[in-house]
Amino acid sequence: MTNAAVHMEGQLHAPAHGAVATGAVHAKGQQHPIKLYLVVWGWLFVLSTCSYLVDYFGLHGYLRWSLILLFMVLKAGLIVAVFMHMAWERLALAYAILTPPIAVLVFVAIMVLESEYTHFLRELFFATPS
Amino acid sequence: MAETALTHPSEGPGRLPGWRGIAADWASDQRAFKNVSWGKAMMWIFLLSDTFIFSCFLLSYMTARMSTTVPWPNPSEVFALNFAGKHIPLILIAIMTFILISSSGTMAMAVNFGYRRDRVRTAALMLVTAAFGATFVGMQAFEWTKLIMEGVRPWGNPWGAPQFGASFFMITGFHGTHVTIGVIFLIAIARKVLRGDFDVERRGFFTSRKGYYEIVEIMGLYWHFVDLVWVFIFALFYLW
Repeated sequence: MTNAAVHMEGQLHAPAHGAVATGAVHAKGQQHPIKLYLVVWGWLFVLSTCSYLVDYFGLHGYLRWSLILLFMVLKAGLIVAVFMHMAWERLALAYAILTPPIAVLVFVAIMVLESEYTHFLRELFFATPS
Repeated sequence: MAETALTHPSEGPGRLPGWRGIAADWASDQRAFKNVSWGKAMMWIFLLSDTFIFSCFLLSYMTARMSTTVPWPNPSEVFALNFAGKHIPLILIAIMTFILISSSGTMAMAVNFGYRRDRVRTAALMLVTAAFGATFVGMQAFEWTKLIMEGVRPWGNPWGAPQFGASFFMITGFHGTHVTIGVIFLIAIARKVLRGDFDVERRGFFTSRKGYYEIVEIMGLYWHFVDLVWVFIFALFYLW
């Protein structure tokens, strides 16, 4: 019942909403100007160069790690949002695909704790005194 | 019914936007992913599962590297090459990165021309993408050969922690396999595009379903994902 109601409501919005959003650009499939892809392509080159330069100049410690992660996240974001068109998909799909990987971050946190513990035990019992 | 080709103008007629849209789409008792064909939805779900596979590889690499008491080999030096008498760190990997990004760019444009029904340009750009991919795999084969000659094995290497080889071969090997499959996939689809299968909606050999240019975009999703994984491998394995 409620589903039908929601759906009906959606139908009523149809002329007002759909006509504007589906402009000529989205006429058929994912149509975006080629220029957009070229710009993103350029940015990916710039960001890759930056992350390579981090290594080339031999930066170290937290500066190195934060820069690497920053460039990595920016590049991944550009690829997913523009090249894979996630920016133009409905949120139902975007969230269904983009939220589950958060579980990976939890896994990372667990394994960081675990490997620190393992490292501690190895230092304690196995490391050969040098 | 399945062939009404509901291909994604993001906000179709009668669709609620934002959070209400999520609730309405998932609660509609029909199909959750409006405007997205089953093929595209399934490719996304496959890519999500592949994300978990690569995450597990990178996680086990992280665990090995964090818990070892032996110093980890310095990737910057392991992957350095001598060019014209100069010692340049990580140069091969950098070139591979640029090649893969370029292939992603040509793929994105192929998708675009596909939806414009420009048969020849779509196929040409896909073949360029495949060529970039094949070059990438070739360079990876060179890299593997070099490291194996220098004595890197899954159980040991001359520079430090023995897990280095296992992580390296597992992660880059799995990624290289994905690139190789992608190249084959690209060539297969490019052939169909060139033959005009999607202009006459010719039925597929295995599936007997009508072909649409959307397959180029679905193929593109896979290819961009391969590039995406490389972004993470490059950052976490080679640069860290």
